[in-house]
Amino acid sequence: MPKDVAVIGVGQSYFVRGYEGSIRELAFEAYREAAQDAGITSKDVDASIICSAPEYDKQRSPAGVIAEYLGLIPQPTMYVETVCSSSTTGVRIAYGLIKSGLHDIVAVIGFQKMSEITSAESQERMGRGADIQWESPFGTMMPAYYALYAQAYMAKNGLTLDDLMQVRIKSATYGQINERAVYRRPVTPEDFDPNNPNAKLAQIVSWPLRVGDACANADGSSCVILASAEKAKAISKKPVWILGIGAASESVNMASRPDFSKGLRVAYIAAQKAYKMAGITPKDVKVAEVHDCFTIAEIMAYEALGFAPPGEGKQLIRERATYKEGPIPVNVDGGLLSKGHPIGATGGSQIRTIVLQLRGEAGAMQVPGEPDIGLVHNIGGVGLYGNVIIFGR
Amino acid sequence: MGFEKFGRKSFTSATKIAKFVDFLNEGKIMGTLCKKCGARYFPPRADCANCFSSDMDWFEMPKKGKLETFTVAYYAPYGFEMDCPYGMGVVDYGNNLKLFARISKGLKLEELKNDMEVTVKPVRYEDGQIAFEITKE
Ligand SMILES: [Zn+2]
Repeated sequence: MPKDVAVIGVGQSYFVRGYEGSIRELAFEAYREAAQDAGITSKDVDASIICSAPEYDKQRSPAGVIAEYLGLIPQPTMYVETVCSSSTTGVRIAYGLIKSGLHDIVAVIGFQKMSEITSAESQERMGRGADIQWESPFGTMMPAYYALYAQAYMAKNGLTLDDLMQVRIKSATYGQINERAVYRRPVTPEDFDPNNPNAKLAQIVSWPLRVGDACANADGSSCVILASAEKAKAISKKPVWILGIGAASESVNMASRPDFSKGLRVAYIAAQKAYKMAGITPKDVKVAEVHDCFTIAEIMAYEALGFAPPGEGKQLIRERATYKEGPIPVNVDGGLLSKGHPIGATGGSQIRTIVLQLRGEAGAMQVPGEPDIGLVHNIGGVGLYGNVIIFGR
Repeated sequence: MGFEKFGRKSFTSATKIAKFVDFLNEGKIMGTLCKKCGARYFPPRADCANCFSSDMDWFEMPKKGKLETFTVAYYAPYGFEMDCPYGMGVVDYGNNLKLFARISKGLKLEELKNDMEVTVKPVRYEDGQIAFEITKE
């Protein structure tokens, strides 16, 4: 179990609709919290990695602008992007920079101001998030892609629309107690009643997925500060170590994808690599954050991460096993569904949640039993990129 | 003719496999086959990632395949709203050959079943665009 690189500081902004400030100001909120959490100043940081999904940014090459605002020049800075998994990819790069001995302390800052562009602009760009040569010309969009996985998975494994609704109800349970979440309201079965004309969540976006199956767009930022073992031990009272870090990629085109009923291959590969590096098994994980951009994605993640056997993910939600008091709590901060999904900030926010859990500082969201090992599963695009990171005390 | 004619709306004009659109105009849906190592590609590619050769042949896709998965979109990205709702699916031909396309308007959601036998045909739009779609017969 390697203990070479530790998280010494975490921060995130409130996730909101229509942030009243610029992207540099948004990034500052998360960075200041993380730096103060670590007990360092910008002079102590050797390099910064700035992460977002560029389709939402007006600012080209945002790394320089943000590094300057955060007081992180003249240290090296760079921009890293893998869409929705940008900030965990940033952490992967930071891990390599520190492990190689090139740097001792690296700050990874993820941000997204989805309201930076108009919704018409966003719709147009959304269509180009896929393979623009072979798929965007058909009018594809994210919900439709995840719906392809949901349809095949549900038909083969007996997962129902009610099971998916239960995932959303669970996320809303925790969105209510997470003051940083964008969606704070409870969700009940009535919200998903197709016979109720006022039930907005019941409207179908792309069969079989409904509005309520999709995550909440948000503006937000996150920051993770990482350090070498020597620095972490000197600076931090409660370092949280990266024990395993796995990543994978997949064909962008649906025509080159393996069996849709089995979920996302990137998640299986990344998880396997992370578990092997950490020298642990899924049973050792006490708390997890998974990429629930859609309800179906959480069920598929249960299986990719080995929390449930293939096809049996539904049992975990039916038995409430992934609630805070269950054997494997998942997304007890509200997840992407309720906390919100500011694309480039999401992975860093997931890491913050796990770090706080392992330190015993998660407040109302704290899972019982003093968890010692936590896991983050962060997916970019429709399983185009996948990162799984295992953390330990 | 360039690749800008492909699809309901194209985002690509220059590509080495633009001839795909000429074939589509002749009613054929074609993939590429590497002459050197025999790798088959759909969507077609100009270059083989397996052996690095760029010496490719065209081959016609099988007539029948199985519908692996599908969806019907009730919202659309900008520029596609006029077609809503529309189906999309993946056809599996076996031997690692699959195809992604829209589903013909003639095929209703209630009729769609996993593994049902389907065929894929060229479809022409009023504005001159050309694509291919999944149909029953
Ligand atoms: Zn070849």
